[in-house]
Amino acid sequence: MTVAFYISSVIAILSSLMVITRKNAFSALLYMIISLLSVALIFFILGAAFVAALEIIIYAGAIMVLFVFVTMMLNLGKEAEKLEKTWMRPRVWIGPSILALILGVEVILLIVSSEIGSLPGGEITPKEVGIILYGKYIIGVELAALLITAGILGAYHLGKRKALLQHRYLKEEKGGSL
Amino acid sequence: MINIPMEHALIVAILLFIIGLAGALMRRNLVYILLSVEIMLNAAGFAFVVAGARWMQPDGQVMFIFILTMAAAEVSVGLALILRIYHNLKTMDADDVSKIKPN
Amino acid sequence: MQNLLWTIPFLPLAGFLILSIGSKWLSPKASSTIGVSTVAISTLVSILVAIEFISGIGTSHIFKQELGTWIDVPGFSSNFGFYLDSLSMVFVFIVSFVGFLIHLYSAFFMKDDEGIVRYFAWMNLFMASMLILVMADNLLMLYLGWEGVGLCSYLLIGYWYKDPKNGYAGRKAFIVTRIGDTAMAIGLFFLFRSFGTLNINEILHYVSLEWISGSPDAKIAALLLLGGAVGKSAQLPLQTWLPDAMAGPSPVSALIHAATMVTAGVYLIARTNLIFSMAPNVMLLVAAFGAIILVLAGFSALVQSDIKRVLAYSTISQIGYMFLALGVGAWSAGIFHFFVHAFFKALLFLAAGVVIIRLKEEHDMFKMGGLRKKMPLVFYTFIAGAASLSALPLVTAGFFSKDKILMDAFLSPDSGIVLWIAGLVGAGLTALYTTRMIILTFFGDMKIEPEKISSKALNIPLVILAVLSIVAGYIEMAPLHLFSKFMAFSLPELNQPEGAALGFILPVISGLVVFTGIFLAWYFYQKRPEVTYNIKKSAIGSFLYNLWFNGWAFDEFYDKVFVQPYIFLARINKNDFIDLFYTEISNLMIRLNDWALLTQTGRLRWYLALITVGVIFGITIIIFL
Repeated sequence: MTVAFYISSVIAILSSLMVITRKNAFSALLYMIISLLSVALIFFILGAAFVAALEIIIYAGAIMVLFVFVTMMLNLGKEAEKLEKTWMRPRVWIGPSILALILGVEVILLIVSSEIGSLPGGEITPKEVGIILYGKYIIGVELAALLITAGILGAYHLGKRKALLQHRYLKEEKGGSL
Repeated sequence: MINIPMEHALIVAILLFIIGLAGALMRRNLVYILLSVEIMLNAAGFAFVVAGARWMQPDGQVMFIFILTMAAAEVSVGLALILRIYHNLKTMDADDVSKIKPN
Repeated sequence: MQNLLWTIPFLPLAGFLILSIGSKWLSPKASSTIGVSTVAISTLVSILVAIEFISGIGTSHIFKQELGTWIDVPGFSSNFGFYLDSLSMVFVFIVSFVGFLIHLYSAFFMKDDEGIVRYFAWMNLFMASMLILVMADNLLMLYLGWEGVGLCSYLLIGYWYKDPKNGYAGRKAFIVTRIGDTAMAIGLFFLFRSFGTLNINEILHYVSLEWISGSPDAKIAALLLLGGAVGKSAQLPLQTWLPDAMAGPSPVSALIHAATMVTAGVYLIARTNLIFSMAPNVMLLVAAFGAIILVLAGFSALVQSDIKRVLAYSTISQIGYMFLALGVGAWSAGIFHFFVHAFFKALLFLAAGVVIIRLKEEHDMFKMGGLRKKMPLVFYTFIAGAASLSALPLVTAGFFSKDKILMDAFLSPDSGIVLWIAGLVGAGLTALYTTRMIILTFFGDMKIEPEKISSKALNIPLVILAVLSIVAGYIEMAPLHLFSKFMAFSLPELNQPEGAALGFILPVISGLVVFTGIFLAWYFYQKRPEVTYNIKKSAIGSFLYNLWFNGWAFDEFYDKVFVQPYIFLARINKNDFIDLFYTEISNLMIRLNDWALLTQTGRLRWYLALITVGVIFGITIIIFL
C-alpha cells in the first residue's frame, strides 16, 4: 500500500506537469484526468473511500467533461497550437517557475520542520461522513446549495445565444420591462 | 496498515499546488489558466483529506466535498465567461482582455 | 475742564469711525462737514483747556486724566492716560488749531474729489493719533499715536492711488519711517528692561535717580529714541522720504509734513529730555545732525523746480534748526521754533496749493510767473510766510525763534561756533531759496493764466496764518519772554551766560545774512537770470545742480547699498531651501506613484505573480520568526 501511494503520487505530479506544458488543449485535459485519477487512488489508500469516489465522479467525470465540451466548442485549431508554441518561450516560464519553486521550498521547510506524526490509514466510512455532513456541517451544505444555484443561473445567463451587445434598456423601441 | 509519514503526503499536496500555480502564471490561454486553478483547488482539497485521515475524522472529507462543490460552480461560470470572451473578442489571450493601457 | 481732555483726541476719532463706516451713504458735503466739525469742536475744547491751563499755571502746571487700564499682565501694565503740561499744551494747541484751519481749507480744496470721504476719514484719524501722541502719559500710548500718524501719512500720501508713483511715494515714506520706528521700539524695550515701566514720569524719575551723566545705558536709550525721531522727522539719515511725500494733496503736505507729524520727533526728544541730558555725546550728535541737514537741505531747496519740493526741503532744513536747538540744550527755543514754523510752513503749503490748483495742477515754478497781480491775497500771504521763513528781522515771528536758536547755539560750550556758522549759512540759504521761489512764481512774465477759483474757505486760513506768522513771535520778545516762561514749567532751562552785547551783535549779523540772501536771489533771478543759466550750464554748475537736485544722492546711495543687495539675495533665494523640502516631498510622492502605477498592468498573470510574491513573503516571515 505504501508503495502504491508513492507511485500514484509520482504519477499525479508528473501528469500535472504535463498538463501545464502541453500545446494541445485536449492533451492537457486528458493528462489532467490522469492526475485526478491518481489523486483518487491516493485518497483510497488513505482510507477516504467516499471522497475518492467523489473525486472520480465529480471532478474527473463532470468538471473535466465540461472542460472538454467547451474546448470542443471553441474549436481552436492548428493556429492556436502554433500560437501556444510562440508563447512558451523560456523567458516566459523561468520567472513563474522560480516563484513557484521558492514557495514550494518554503512550505516544504515548514512541513518538515514540524512534528506531525504518521497516517494511520484507517477506513473512514461514508456513513460517518454522511452523519457529520448533515449534522455538524448542515449550514455548509445549505450554502453550497446556494452557491450551486448561483452558478447555474450565472452560467445560464452567460451562455445564452444571441446575447445583445447593447443592453435592452438602451434600445429605443422597448419600454424596458422585465 | 500503511505507514506513511504525513509529511510526505503534505509534500505531495504542496507540489501539486505549486505546479498549478506555475501553470497559472505561465500560460496565456484562458482555458489553461482555468485548468491550473483546478489543479490548485484539487491540491488544496488533497491537503484537507490528508489532515482528516491523520486524525481519523471525516471532517477533512467534508471540507473536500465543499471545495469540490465550489470548484464545480466556479468552473461552470468560468467556462461560460470564456465562451463569451471568445464570442465577443475572438481571442483566448489573457493579456488581450484587459482594457488598462500599460504606460 | 480737566475731565474733558479725552474729547480732544476722541472727537476726531469718532469722526474717523463715522466717516469710514458710513462712507457708502455720506455725500461729499456731509463728509466734509463731519470732518471739519469734529476737529473744530476738538479745537474749541483745546482752546478752553488752554485758557484754564494758562490761567492756573501758577498753582498746578499739570493736567491729568486717567482713562483706564490698557494692558495689565504680570510684570507689565500700561494705561490709557493723558498728561498735559506746558510742552503738551503747545503741541495740542498747534495741532488742533492749525489742523482745524487746514481741514477748513480742505473742505473747499477737495470738494470735487471723488474720494473725499476717505480723505476726511484719514485726516481725522491723523488728528486723533497726533493728539494721542502728544497727550500720552506713557511711551506705549505715545507709540500708538506714533504708529497711527505713520499709517495716516502713508494713506494720505498715496491718496490718489490710481497713479502708481503715489503709492510708491507712500510706501517709501512708510518703510523709511519704519526703520526709525523699529529703533524706537527697541528703545522702549530697553527702557522697560531698565525700569520696569513705560510711564514717562516714572521713567524720568528713575533716570534722575539711577543713571549718571555719560553712562552707557543713557547713551543707548538716547540713541535708540533718536533713531525713531530722525525717522519720523525726516532728519539725517532718514530724510529721503519727505520730498517724495509731496505726491499727496497740498493740505496733507501742510498738515502732516510741515506742521505736525514731522515734529513728532522734536516732541519725543523734548519730552524725554532728561535721558538726552544724561548722554551729552548723543546731544552733540543731535545738534550735529541738525546742523548738517539744515545746510544740505538748504542747498537742495535752491535748485528744485517743483514748488512743493522746495517747501519740503525747507521743512527738513527748519526741523534741522529744531534739532540743533534741542542738541545744545535749548529746549524751549526748539519748541518755540516749532510753534512759529507750524504757522508759516502750513501757510506756505496752503498758498502753494492755491497756486497749483489755479494753474491747473502745474507744479513747476519755471512755468509759473507774474501771478502777483492776479492773485493778490495769495501773494501777500505768501510774502508773509516767506518773510517769516527767512527770519526777516524784527517784523516776523521767524526772526525771534531762529535768532534765539542761533544765539543759544553760539553760546553752547562744545563747538558752538561751528554750529552757529552752520545755522547762519542755513539762514542765508533759506532767504535765498525763498526769495527765488517768490520771484519765479509771482514776478516775471505770466506763462499760464490762473483760473478763477476763490473761496472763503481757502482765504480765511491763509489770512489767519499770515497774521500769526507775523505776530506770534512777539510773545517771546525781550523783556516779555512769555513763551520761555511758559515752557519753564515743563522743560529745564538752559544755563547760559547772558551776554548783553551778544544780544545785539548776533541778530545784526543774521539780519545782514538774510538781506544778503534776498539781494542775491533778486540779482540772480530777477535782474540777471542769464548769469544763473550760464552757471548752471558750466561743468561745476551742472554737477552741483544734479547733486543738490537729487538730495545729495542719498537715494542712490541707499539704493546701491541696501536695496540692490537685498533684491539680489531675495532673487537667489527665490527657490529657497525650505520650499525645496516641501516641493521635493511632493515630487517624491509623484515618483512613488509612477512606480506604484507600474504594478497596474491589467495582465491577469502579473497579478497572480504578485499574489504569489505576497504569499512567499508572508510565509518567510512565519518561518523566520
